[in-house]
Amino acid sequence: MRKISSLIMTTILCVVFLTGCGAKGTEKTNLSVSTDGSTSMEKVIGSLGEVFQEETEISFTFNPTGSGSGIKAVSEGRCDIGLSSRDLKTEEVEQGLTATILAYDGIAIIVNPENTVEDLTKETLAKIYTGEIINWSEVGGIDAEIVLIGREAGSGTRDGFESITGTEDACKYRQELTSTGDVITTVAQNPNAIGYASLASVKDTVKAVSIDGVVPSEETIKDGSYVVQRPFVLVTKTDAALSEGAQQFFDYITSDAAVEIISAAGVVAAK
Amino acid sequence: MRKTKFIENLIHGIFLILGLATVASVLMITIYLVVAGIPAIKEIGIFKFLFGKTWASTAAEPSFGILPFILTSIYGTAGAIVLGVPIGFFTAVYLSKIAPGKVREYMSEAVSLLAGIPSVVYGLVGMLVLVPEIRKLFHVPDGASLLAAMVILAIMILPSIIKVSITALDAVPKEYEEASLALGATPIETYFRVSVPAAKSGIATAVVLGVGRAIGEAMAVMMVSGNVPNMPSLFQSVRFLTTAVASEMAYSSGLQQQALFSIALVLFLFILMINVTLNFFLKKDGKEA
Repeated sequence: MRKISSLIMTTILCVVFLTGCGAKGTEKTNLSVSTDGSTSMEKVIGSLGEVFQEETEISFTFNPTGSGSGIKAVSEGRCDIGLSSRDLKTEEVEQGLTATILAYDGIAIIVNPENTVEDLTKETLAKIYTGEIINWSEVGGIDAEIVLIGREAGSGTRDGFESITGTEDACKYRQELTSTGDVITTVAQNPNAIGYASLASVKDTVKAVSIDGVVPSEETIKDGSYVVQRPFVLVTKTDAALSEGAQQFFDYITSDAAVEIISAAGVVAAK
Repeated sequence: MRKTKFIENLIHGIFLILGLATVASVLMITIYLVVAGIPAIKEIGIFKFLFGKTWASTAAEPSFGILPFILTSIYGTAGAIVLGVPIGFFTAVYLSKIAPGKVREYMSEAVSLLAGIPSVVYGLVGMLVLVPEIRKLFHVPDGASLLAAMVILAIMILPSIIKVSITALDAVPKEYEEASLALGATPIETYFRVSVPAAKSGIATAVVLGVGRAIGEAMAVMMVSGNVPNMPSLFQSVRFLTTAVASEMAYSSGLQQQALFSIALVLFLFILMINVTLNFFLKKDGKEA
Protein backbone atom coordinates (compact mmCIF):
# COMPACT_ATOMS: atom_id res chain seq x y z
CA MET A 1 0.00 0.00 0.00
CA ARG A 2 2.71 2.46 0.93
CA LYS A 3 4.63 1.65 -2.18
CA ILE A 4 1.62 2.22 -4.40
CA SER A 5 0.72 5.57 -2.94
CA SER A 6 4.33 6.76 -3.10
CA LEU A 7 4.41 5.72 -6.74
CA ILE A 8 1.23 7.69 -7.37
CA MET A 9 2.71 10.76 -5.71
CA THR A 10 5.80 10.42 -7.86
CA THR A 11 3.72 10.36 -10.99
CA ILE A 12 1.70 13.39 -9.93
CA LEU A 13 4.83 15.37 -9.13
CA CYS A 14 6.38 14.45 -12.46
CA VAL A 15 3.33 15.70 -14.28
CA VAL A 16 3.36 18.93 -12.28
CA PHE A 17 7.02 19.52 -13.10
CA LEU A 18 6.58 18.87 -16.77
CA THR A 19 3.60 21.10 -17.45
CA GLY A 20 4.45 24.61 -18.40
CA CYS A 21 6.50 23.44 -21.33
CA GLY A 22 4.95 24.16 -24.69
CA ALA A 23 2.56 27.12 -25.31
CA LYS A 24 4.37 29.50 -27.62
CA GLY A 25 3.73 33.14 -28.48
CA THR A 26 1.82 33.75 -31.67
CA GLU A 27 3.42 35.35 -34.74
CA LYS A 28 2.21 38.83 -35.52
CA THR A 29 3.39 39.27 -39.09
CA ASN A 30 3.92 36.86 -41.91
CA LEU A 31 6.82 38.81 -43.39
CA SER A 32 10.22 37.22 -43.22
CA VAL A 33 13.77 37.55 -44.45
CA SER A 34 16.19 34.69 -44.90
CA THR A 35 19.93 35.09 -45.24
CA ASP A 36 22.52 32.47 -46.05
CA GLY A 37 26.29 32.50 -46.29
CA SER A 38 29.60 33.46 -44.68
CA THR A 39 30.17 32.16 -41.18
CA SER A 40 32.53 35.08 -40.56
CA MET A 41 29.60 37.44 -40.90
CA GLU A 42 27.61 35.60 -38.25
CA LYS A 43 28.36 38.12 -35.53
CA VAL A 44 27.52 41.25 -37.52
CA ILE A 45 24.48 39.90 -39.35
CA GLY A 46 23.26 38.20 -36.19
CA SER A 47 23.27 41.38 -34.13
CA LEU A 48 21.65 43.33 -36.99
CA GLY A 49 18.98 40.66 -37.38
CA GLU A 50 18.26 40.61 -33.69
CA VAL A 51 17.62 44.36 -33.49
CA PHE A 52 15.66 44.32 -36.73
CA GLN A 53 13.45 41.48 -35.56
CA GLU A 54 12.76 43.28 -32.30
CA GLU A 55 11.83 46.54 -34.00
CA THR A 56 9.73 45.28 -36.86
CA GLU A 57 8.62 41.82 -35.75
CA ILE A 58 9.63 40.51 -39.17
CA SER A 59 11.21 37.13 -38.62
CA PHE A 60 14.87 36.88 -39.54
CA THR A 61 16.88 33.75 -40.22
CA PHE A 62 20.56 33.22 -40.95
CA ASN A 63 22.00 30.00 -42.22
CA PRO A 64 25.78 29.88 -41.70
CA THR A 65 27.02 27.85 -44.64
CA GLY A 66 29.97 29.76 -46.11
CA SER A 67 30.36 32.46 -48.74
CA GLY A 68 30.25 30.13 -51.73
CA SER A 69 27.07 28.38 -50.61
CA GLY A 70 25.46 31.72 -49.75
CA ILE A 71 26.06 33.08 -53.23
CA LYS A 72 24.74 29.85 -54.75
CA ALA A 73 21.68 29.92 -52.49
CA VAL A 74 20.67 33.41 -53.57
CA SER A 75 21.14 32.70 -57.27
CA GLU A 76 18.97 29.60 -56.91
CA GLY A 77 16.37 31.57 -54.99
CA ARG A 78 16.75 29.55 -51.79
CA CYS A 79 17.25 32.69 -49.68
CA ASP A 80 16.55 36.42 -49.92
CA ILE A 81 20.01 37.79 -49.30
CA GLY A 82 23.31 35.98 -49.70
CA LEU A 83 26.23 36.88 -47.47
CA SER A 84 29.75 36.72 -48.76
CA SER A 85 33.03 37.67 -47.12
CA ARG A 86 34.71 38.13 -50.51
CA ASP A 87 33.88 40.25 -53.54
CA LEU A 88 31.80 38.66 -56.27
CA LYS A 89 33.73 37.20 -59.20
CA THR A 90 33.01 38.60 -62.66
CA GLU A 91 31.20 35.46 -63.77
CA GLU A 92 28.98 35.66 -60.69
CA VAL A 93 28.06 39.26 -61.59
CA GLU A 94 27.37 38.11 -65.15
CA GLN A 95 24.96 35.50 -63.79
CA GLY A 96 22.82 38.38 -62.61
CA LEU A 97 23.98 39.01 -59.06
CA THR A 98 24.60 42.37 -57.41
CA ALA A 99 27.01 43.01 -54.57
CA THR A 100 26.41 45.68 -51.93
CA ILE A 101 29.21 46.14 -49.45
CA LEU A 102 27.87 46.16 -45.92
CA ALA A 103 31.12 46.52 -44.02
CA TYR A 104 34.86 45.91 -44.10
CA ASP A 105 36.58 43.41 -41.87
CA GLY A 106 39.94 45.01 -41.10
CA ILE A 107 42.49 42.80 -39.36
CA ALA A 108 45.32 44.48 -37.49
CA ILE A 109 48.69 42.75 -37.28
CA ILE A 110 49.92 43.25 -33.74
CA VAL A 111 53.33 42.91 -32.12
CA ASN A 112 54.76 43.65 -28.68
CA PRO A 113 55.44 47.38 -28.08
CA GLU A 114 59.12 46.51 -27.48
CA ASN A 115 59.40 45.16 -31.01
CA THR A 116 61.36 47.52 -33.31
CA VAL A 117 59.67 46.31 -36.47
CA GLU A 118 57.16 48.95 -37.65
CA ASP A 119 56.25 47.83 -41.13
CA LEU A 120 55.79 44.56 -43.01
CA THR A 121 54.71 43.79 -46.53
CA LYS A 122 51.80 41.47 -47.17
CA GLU A 123 54.20 38.95 -48.75
CA THR A 124 56.56 39.02 -45.77
CA LEU A 125 53.61 38.55 -43.47
CA ALA A 126 52.55 35.44 -45.37
CA LYS A 127 56.14 34.14 -45.25
CA ILE A 128 56.30 34.74 -41.50
CA TYR A 129 53.11 32.82 -40.88
CA THR A 130 54.01 29.90 -43.13
CA GLY A 131 57.35 29.53 -41.37
CA GLU A 132 59.60 30.68 -44.23
CA ILE A 133 60.86 33.58 -42.13
CA ILE A 134 61.48 32.48 -38.56
CA ASN A 135 63.65 35.21 -37.06
CA TRP A 136 62.83 38.86 -36.46
CA SER A 137 66.33 39.84 -37.73
CA GLU A 138 65.24 38.79 -41.23
CA VAL A 139 62.67 41.60 -41.27
CA GLY A 140 64.77 44.26 -39.56
CA GLY A 141 64.20 43.42 -35.91
CA ILE A 142 66.40 41.96 -33.19
CA ASP A 143 67.83 38.44 -33.35
CA ALA A 144 64.98 36.43 -31.84
CA GLU A 145 62.66 33.68 -32.99
CA ILE A 146 59.24 34.87 -34.16
CA VAL A 147 56.41 33.48 -32.05
CA LEU A 148 53.25 33.09 -34.12
CA ILE A 149 49.99 33.63 -32.28
CA GLY A 150 46.74 32.78 -34.02
CA ARG A 151 43.13 31.84 -33.46
CA GLU A 152 41.45 28.45 -33.28
CA ALA A 153 40.22 26.61 -36.36
CA GLY A 154 36.79 27.88 -37.34
CA SER A 155 37.34 31.40 -36.06
CA GLY A 156 36.19 34.14 -38.43
CA THR A 157 39.29 36.23 -37.79
CA ARG A 158 41.57 33.29 -38.56
CA ASP A 159 39.63 32.50 -41.70
CA GLY A 160 39.83 36.16 -42.72
CA PHE A 161 43.54 36.49 -42.04
CA GLU A 162 44.44 33.27 -43.80
CA SER A 163 42.30 33.94 -46.86
CA ILE A 164 43.62 37.50 -47.25
CA THR A 165 47.26 36.49 -46.92
CA GLY A 166 46.79 33.27 -48.89
CA THR A 167 48.05 31.07 -46.08
CA GLU A 168 45.07 28.73 -45.69
CA ASP A 169 45.97 25.58 -43.77
CA ALA A 170 49.66 26.49 -43.98
CA CYS A 171 50.18 28.60 -40.87
CA LYS A 172 52.70 27.27 -38.37
CA TYR A 173 51.13 28.58 -35.21
CA ARG A 174 52.92 28.48 -31.89
CA GLN A 175 49.69 29.17 -30.05
CA GLU A 176 46.06 28.91 -31.11
CA LEU A 177 43.97 30.95 -28.72
CA THR A 178 40.21 31.09 -28.45
CA SER A 179 39.57 34.78 -28.08
CA THR A 180 40.80 38.14 -29.33
CA GLY A 181 41.50 39.16 -25.74
CA ASP A 182 43.80 36.17 -25.22
CA VAL A 183 45.71 36.99 -28.41
CA ILE A 184 46.25 40.58 -27.30
CA THR A 185 47.29 39.57 -23.77
CA THR A 186 49.73 36.98 -25.07
CA VAL A 187 51.31 39.35 -27.58
CA ALA A 188 51.57 42.00 -24.85
CA GLN A 189 53.43 39.46 -22.66
CA ASN A 190 55.93 38.12 -25.16
CA PRO A 191 58.35 40.56 -26.85
CA ASN A 192 58.82 38.23 -29.83
CA ALA A 193 55.20 37.46 -30.55
CA ILE A 194 53.11 38.48 -33.54
CA GLY A 195 49.36 38.05 -33.74
CA TYR A 196 46.25 39.24 -35.49
CA ALA A 197 43.01 40.70 -34.17
CA SER A 198 40.13 42.70 -35.56
CA LEU A 199 41.08 46.37 -35.61
CA ALA A 200 38.28 47.48 -33.29
CA SER A 201 39.63 45.44 -30.40
CA VAL A 202 43.30 46.47 -30.56
CA LYS A 203 44.48 48.16 -27.35
CA ASP A 204 47.50 50.18 -26.25
CA THR A 205 49.23 47.17 -24.75
CA VAL A 206 50.20 46.03 -28.23
CA LYS A 207 51.47 47.77 -31.37
CA ALA A 208 49.70 47.46 -34.72
CA VAL A 209 52.29 47.36 -37.52
CA SER A 210 51.69 49.05 -40.84
CA ILE A 211 51.33 46.85 -43.90
CA ASP A 212 53.00 48.03 -47.13
CA GLY A 213 53.52 51.36 -45.37
CA VAL A 214 49.86 51.88 -44.51
CA VAL A 215 48.77 52.18 -40.87
CA PRO A 216 45.46 50.41 -40.16
CA SER A 217 42.59 52.75 -39.36
CA GLU A 218 38.96 53.10 -40.31
CA GLU A 219 39.90 55.49 -43.14
CA THR A 220 42.64 53.34 -44.65
CA ILE A 221 40.40 50.29 -44.45
CA LYS A 222 37.50 52.09 -46.15
CA ASP A 223 39.61 53.52 -48.98
CA GLY A 224 41.24 50.16 -49.52
CA SER A 225 44.86 51.22 -48.97
CA TYR A 226 45.25 48.95 -45.92
CA VAL A 227 45.34 45.53 -47.51
CA VAL A 228 44.69 43.09 -44.66
CA GLN A 229 40.96 43.48 -45.00
CA ARG A 230 38.05 41.96 -46.80
CA PRO A 231 34.58 43.20 -47.64
CA PHE A 232 31.41 41.79 -46.11
CA VAL A 233 29.06 41.70 -49.08
CA LEU A 234 25.29 41.46 -49.39
CA VAL A 235 24.46 39.49 -52.51
CA THR A 236 21.10 40.00 -54.24
CA LYS A 237 19.64 39.23 -57.64
CA THR A 238 20.05 42.13 -60.07
CA ASP A 239 16.75 41.83 -61.94
CA ALA A 240 14.40 40.41 -59.32
CA ALA A 241 12.87 42.58 -56.61
CA LEU A 242 13.31 41.58 -52.99
CA SER A 243 10.33 40.41 -50.98
CA GLU A 244 8.80 43.07 -48.75
CA GLY A 245 10.40 41.76 -45.58
CA ALA A 246 13.78 41.37 -47.23
CA GLN A 247 13.61 44.87 -48.72
CA GLN A 248 12.88 46.34 -45.30
CA PHE A 249 15.82 44.43 -43.81
CA PHE A 250 18.12 45.50 -46.63
CA ASP A 251 17.14 49.17 -46.21
CA TYR A 252 17.58 48.92 -42.47
CA ILE A 253 21.07 47.41 -42.44
CA THR A 254 22.36 49.83 -45.06
CA SER A 255 20.93 52.84 -43.21
CA ASP A 256 22.79 55.15 -40.83
CA ALA A 257 20.96 53.59 -37.90
CA ALA A 258 22.80 50.31 -38.44
CA VAL A 259 26.31 51.82 -38.41
CA GLU A 260 26.61 51.65 -34.66
CA ILE A 261 25.54 48.00 -34.48
CA ILE A 262 27.98 47.13 -37.26
CA SER A 263 30.87 48.86 -35.45
CA ALA A 264 29.91 47.13 -32.22
CA ALA A 265 30.38 43.81 -34.01
CA GLY A 266 34.02 44.75 -34.60
CA VAL A 267 33.96 45.69 -38.28
CA VAL A 268 34.03 48.98 -40.18
CA ALA A 269 30.68 49.99 -41.65
CA ALA A 270 30.85 50.84 -45.34
CA LYS A 271 28.55 53.84 -44.88
CA MET B 1 -2.70 8.51 11.49
CA ARG B 2 -3.69 8.33 7.85
CA LYS B 3 -2.47 11.85 7.37
CA THR B 4 1.03 11.20 8.73
CA LYS B 5 1.32 8.20 6.50
CA PHE B 6 0.33 10.30 3.51
CA ILE B 7 2.96 12.91 4.30
CA GLU B 8 5.57 10.21 4.82
CA ASN B 9 4.82 8.79 1.40
CA LEU B 10 4.83 12.21 -0.19
CA ILE B 11 8.29 12.91 1.17
CA HIS B 12 9.51 9.50 0.07
CA GLY B 13 8.23 10.30 -3.40
CA ILE B 14 10.05 13.63 -3.52
CA PHE B 15 13.31 12.04 -2.41
CA LEU B 16 12.93 9.33 -5.00
CA ILE B 17 12.52 11.93 -7.74
CA LEU B 18 15.55 13.86 -6.56
CA GLY B 19 17.59 10.68 -6.51
CA LEU B 20 16.38 9.70 -9.95
CA ALA B 21 17.42 13.12 -11.31
CA THR B 22 21.07 12.25 -10.75
CA VAL B 23 20.74 8.82 -12.30
CA ALA B 24 18.83 10.28 -15.23
CA SER B 25 21.53 12.91 -15.82
CA VAL B 26 24.28 10.30 -15.92
CA LEU B 27 22.26 8.09 -18.24
CA MET B 28 21.37 10.99 -20.50
CA ILE B 29 24.96 12.17 -20.80
CA THR B 30 26.24 8.66 -21.44
CA ILE B 31 23.63 7.90 -24.07
CA TYR B 32 24.04 11.28 -25.72
CA LEU B 33 27.83 10.98 -25.86
CA VAL B 34 27.69 7.52 -27.36
CA VAL B 35 25.02 8.45 -29.90
CA ALA B 36 26.75 11.72 -30.84
CA GLY B 37 30.25 10.31 -30.77
CA ILE B 38 29.90 7.14 -32.80
CA PRO B 39 29.00 8.58 -36.27
CA ALA B 40 32.25 10.51 -36.71
CA ILE B 41 34.35 7.58 -35.53
CA LYS B 42 32.54 5.40 -38.08
CA GLU B 43 33.08 7.90 -40.85
CA ILE B 44 36.73 8.58 -40.06
CA GLY B 45 37.57 5.02 -39.08
CA ILE B 46 38.43 4.11 -35.51
CA PHE B 47 42.08 3.38 -36.23
CA LYS B 48 42.60 6.61 -38.15
CA PHE B 49 40.78 8.54 -35.45
CA LEU B 50 42.59 7.15 -32.41
CA PHE B 51 46.04 6.76 -33.94
CA GLY B 52 46.12 9.52 -36.56
CA LYS B 53 48.87 12.01 -35.85
CA THR B 54 47.44 15.08 -37.55
CA TRP B 55 44.42 17.10 -36.61
CA ALA B 56 43.41 19.65 -39.23
CA SER B 57 39.67 19.91 -38.82
CA THR B 58 38.98 22.91 -41.04
CA ALA B 59 41.57 22.30 -43.76
CA ALA B 60 40.48 21.84 -47.36
CA GLU B 61 41.31 18.16 -46.90
CA PRO B 62 40.51 17.68 -43.23
CA SER B 63 42.18 15.03 -41.13
CA PHE B 64 40.98 13.95 -37.73
CA GLY B 65 43.69 12.15 -35.79
CA ILE B 66 43.54 12.54 -32.03
CA LEU B 67 46.69 10.68 -30.99
CA PRO B 68 48.40 13.98 -30.11
CA PHE B 69 45.51 14.87 -27.78
CA ILE B 70 45.45 11.46 -26.11
CA LEU B 71 49.20 11.43 -25.54
CA THR B 72 49.18 15.03 -24.33
CA SER B 73 46.44 14.25 -21.82
CA ILE B 74 48.33 11.20 -20.56
CA TYR B 75 51.70 12.99 -20.39
CA GLY B 76 50.20 16.10 -18.85
CA THR B 77 48.40 14.12 -16.17
CA ALA B 78 51.47 11.98 -15.49
CA GLY B 79 53.59 15.12 -15.19
CA ALA B 80 51.11 16.68 -12.78
CA ILE B 81 51.18 13.50 -10.67
CA VAL B 82 54.98 13.38 -10.66
CA LEU B 83 55.16 17.01 -9.54
CA GLY B 84 52.10 17.09 -7.31
CA VAL B 85 52.03 13.76 -5.47
CA PRO B 86 55.34 14.09 -3.57
CA ILE B 87 54.43 17.61 -2.42
CA GLY B 88 50.89 16.60 -1.51
CA PHE B 89 51.94 13.37 0.20
CA PHE B 90 54.61 14.93 2.43
CA THR B 91 52.33 17.85 3.24
CA ALA B 92 49.65 15.38 4.31
CA VAL B 93 52.09 13.41 6.53
CA TYR B 94 53.30 16.65 8.08
CA LEU B 95 49.83 18.02 8.72
CA SER B 96 48.43 14.76 10.01
CA LYS B 97 51.29 13.63 12.25
CA ILE B 98 53.87 16.32 12.93
CA ALA B 99 52.38 19.81 12.69
CA PRO B 100 51.41 21.52 15.94
CA GLY B 101 47.71 22.41 16.36
CA LYS B 102 47.80 26.02 15.19
CA VAL B 103 49.97 25.30 12.14
CA ARG B 104 47.72 22.43 11.16
CA GLU B 105 44.67 24.65 11.51
CA TYR B 106 46.00 27.47 9.32
CA MET B 107 47.57 25.19 6.74
CA SER B 108 44.41 23.13 6.34
CA GLU B 109 42.55 26.39 5.87
CA ALA B 110 44.97 27.35 3.09
CA VAL B 111 44.53 23.97 1.42
CA SER B 112 40.75 24.34 1.47
CA LEU B 113 41.08 27.79 -0.03
CA LEU B 114 43.29 26.42 -2.79
CA ALA B 115 40.58 23.88 -3.59
CA GLY B 116 38.01 26.65 -3.90
CA ILE B 117 39.88 28.80 -6.42
CA PRO B 118 38.10 28.64 -9.79
CA SER B 119 40.11 27.09 -12.62
CA VAL B 120 39.90 30.21 -14.75
CA VAL B 121 41.83 32.04 -12.03
CA TYR B 122 44.54 29.38 -12.12
CA GLY B 123 44.62 29.83 -15.87
CA LEU B 124 44.87 33.59 -15.66
CA VAL B 125 47.70 33.54 -13.16
CA GLY B 126 49.41 30.88 -15.22
CA MET B 127 49.08 32.95 -18.36
CA LEU B 128 50.35 36.17 -16.79
CA VAL B 129 53.03 34.79 -14.44
CA LEU B 130 53.99 31.20 -15.19
CA VAL B 131 54.13 31.36 -19.00
CA PRO B 132 56.44 34.42 -19.18
CA GLU B 133 58.62 32.95 -16.39
CA ILE B 134 59.05 29.66 -18.24
CA ARG B 135 60.02 31.60 -21.35
CA LYS B 136 62.72 33.54 -19.49
CA LEU B 137 63.92 30.68 -17.29
CA PHE B 138 64.41 28.11 -20.04
CA HIS B 139 65.23 30.57 -22.86
CA VAL B 140 62.51 29.21 -25.12
CA PRO B 141 60.74 31.48 -27.62
CA ASP B 142 57.38 31.01 -25.93
CA GLY B 143 56.38 29.74 -22.50
CA ALA B 144 52.95 28.33 -23.34
CA SER B 145 53.78 24.64 -23.24
CA LEU B 146 53.13 21.19 -21.84
CA LEU B 147 55.39 22.07 -18.90
CA ALA B 148 53.25 25.09 -17.98
CA ALA B 149 50.14 22.91 -18.05
CA MET B 150 51.81 20.26 -15.87
CA VAL B 151 52.78 22.83 -13.24
CA ILE B 152 49.28 24.34 -13.16
CA LEU B 153 47.67 20.90 -12.95
CA ALA B 154 50.07 19.83 -10.19
CA ILE B 155 48.97 22.81 -8.10
CA MET B 156 45.31 22.16 -8.88
CA ILE B 157 45.40 18.54 -7.71
CA LEU B 158 47.24 19.34 -4.46
CA PRO B 159 44.09 19.97 -2.36
CA SER B 160 42.40 16.68 -3.23
CA ILE B 161 45.60 14.71 -2.65
CA ILE B 162 46.35 16.44 0.67
CA LYS B 163 42.81 16.26 2.04
CA VAL B 164 42.12 12.62 1.19
CA SER B 165 45.57 11.54 2.40
CA ILE B 166 45.09 13.37 5.70
CA THR B 167 41.78 11.61 6.26
CA ALA B 168 43.45 8.27 5.58
CA LEU B 169 46.41 9.01 7.86
CA ASP B 170 44.19 10.31 10.66
CA ALA B 171 42.23 7.07 10.54
CA VAL B 172 45.27 4.93 11.35
CA PRO B 173 44.63 3.51 14.86
CA LYS B 174 46.69 5.21 17.56
CA GLU B 175 47.72 1.78 18.94
CA TYR B 176 49.76 0.96 15.82
CA GLU B 177 51.87 4.07 16.26
CA GLU B 178 52.15 3.70 20.02
CA ALA B 179 53.31 0.10 19.63
CA SER B 180 55.94 1.14 17.14
CA LEU B 181 57.17 3.97 19.37
CA ALA B 182 57.24 1.63 22.36
CA LEU B 183 59.47 -0.74 20.41
CA GLY B 184 62.00 2.07 20.09
CA ALA B 185 61.29 3.42 16.58
CA THR B 186 61.70 7.18 16.14
CA PRO B 187 58.56 9.21 15.29
CA ILE B 188 59.63 9.64 11.64
CA GLU B 189 60.30 5.92 11.30
CA THR B 190 56.91 5.25 12.80
CA TYR B 191 55.11 7.58 10.37
CA PHE B 192 56.74 6.15 7.26
CA ARG B 193 57.03 2.50 8.31
CA VAL B 194 53.74 2.14 10.15
CA SER B 195 51.24 4.94 9.51
CA VAL B 196 51.78 5.34 5.78
CA PRO B 197 51.62 1.62 4.96
CA ALA B 198 48.46 1.37 7.05
CA ALA B 199 46.91 4.24 5.09
CA LYS B 200 48.22 3.21 1.69
CA SER B 201 44.92 2.47 -0.03
CA GLY B 202 43.56 5.83 1.16
CA ILE B 203 46.62 7.51 -0.29
CA ALA B 204 46.21 5.57 -3.53
CA THR B 205 42.62 6.83 -3.66
CA ALA B 206 43.95 10.38 -3.28
CA VAL B 207 46.29 9.90 -6.23
CA VAL B 208 43.55 8.47 -8.44
CA LEU B 209 41.29 11.39 -7.51
CA GLY B 210 44.13 13.70 -8.52
CA VAL B 211 44.43 11.92 -11.86
CA GLY B 212 40.70 12.35 -12.40
CA ARG B 213 40.83 16.03 -11.64
CA ALA B 214 43.89 16.59 -13.86
CA ILE B 215 42.60 14.74 -16.91
CA GLY B 216 39.25 16.54 -16.83
CA GLU B 217 40.54 20.07 -16.44
CA ALA B 218 40.01 22.30 -19.48
CA MET B 219 39.89 25.99 -18.72
CA ALA B 220 43.19 26.50 -16.88
CA VAL B 221 45.02 24.24 -19.28
CA MET B 222 43.61 25.99 -22.32
CA MET B 223 45.04 29.30 -21.12
CA VAL B 224 48.61 28.09 -20.64
CA SER B 225 49.25 25.31 -23.13
CA GLY B 226 49.04 27.12 -26.48
CA ASN B 227 46.46 24.74 -28.02
CA VAL B 228 48.32 23.70 -31.16
CA PRO B 229 47.71 20.04 -32.06
CA ASN B 230 51.40 19.07 -31.89
CA MET B 231 52.68 15.73 -30.68
CA PRO B 232 53.53 16.33 -27.01
CA SER B 233 56.93 17.65 -26.07
CA LEU B 234 57.83 19.51 -22.89
CA PHE B 235 58.39 22.98 -24.32
CA GLN B 236 56.00 22.72 -27.27
CA SER B 237 52.53 24.14 -27.50
CA VAL B 238 50.10 21.25 -27.04
CA ARG B 239 46.39 20.45 -27.01
CA PHE B 240 44.66 18.21 -24.47
CA LEU B 241 41.53 16.10 -25.05
CA THR B 242 39.51 18.57 -23.01
CA THR B 243 40.84 21.67 -24.73
CA ALA B 244 40.42 20.11 -28.17
CA VAL B 245 36.69 19.95 -27.51
CA ALA B 246 36.46 23.30 -25.78
CA SER B 247 38.51 25.37 -28.21
CA GLU B 248 36.78 24.36 -31.43
CA MET B 249 33.21 23.74 -30.33
CA ALA B 250 32.08 27.36 -30.66
CA TYR B 251 32.30 27.63 -34.46
CA SER B 252 32.32 23.99 -35.46
CA SER B 253 29.96 22.34 -37.90
CA GLY B 254 29.39 19.07 -39.73
CA LEU B 255 31.95 16.31 -39.38
CA GLN B 256 34.23 18.59 -37.35
CA GLN B 257 31.55 18.96 -34.70
CA GLN B 258 30.79 15.25 -34.69
CA ALA B 259 34.49 14.52 -34.29
CA LEU B 260 34.55 16.83 -31.26
CA PHE B 261 31.77 14.73 -29.74
CA SER B 262 33.85 11.65 -30.44
CA ILE B 263 36.78 13.23 -28.57
CA ALA B 264 34.41 13.87 -25.67
CA LEU B 265 33.44 10.19 -25.80
CA VAL B 266 37.09 9.13 -25.62
CA LEU B 267 37.60 11.47 -22.68
CA PHE B 268 34.52 10.02 -21.03
CA LEU B 269 35.94 6.50 -21.38
CA PHE B 270 39.17 7.68 -19.75
CA ILE B 271 37.22 9.09 -16.80
CA LEU B 272 35.21 5.88 -16.59
CA MET B 273 38.44 3.88 -16.35
CA ILE B 274 39.68 6.16 -13.58
CA ASN B 275 36.43 5.68 -11.69
CA VAL B 276 36.71 1.92 -11.93
CA THR B 277 40.24 2.14 -10.53
CA LEU B 278 38.99 4.43 -7.79
CA ASN B 279 36.26 1.98 -6.82
CA PHE B 280 38.82 -0.78 -6.72
CA PHE B 281 40.89 1.11 -4.14
CA LEU B 282 37.85 2.18 -2.15
CA LYS B 283 36.56 -1.38 -1.92
CA LYS B 284 39.96 -2.60 -0.81
CA ASP B 285 39.95 0.11 1.80
CA GLY B 286 36.55 -1.01 3.02
CA LYS B 287 37.70 -4.61 3.42
CA GLU B 288 40.75 -3.67 5.43
CA ALA B 289 38.88 -1.46 7.86
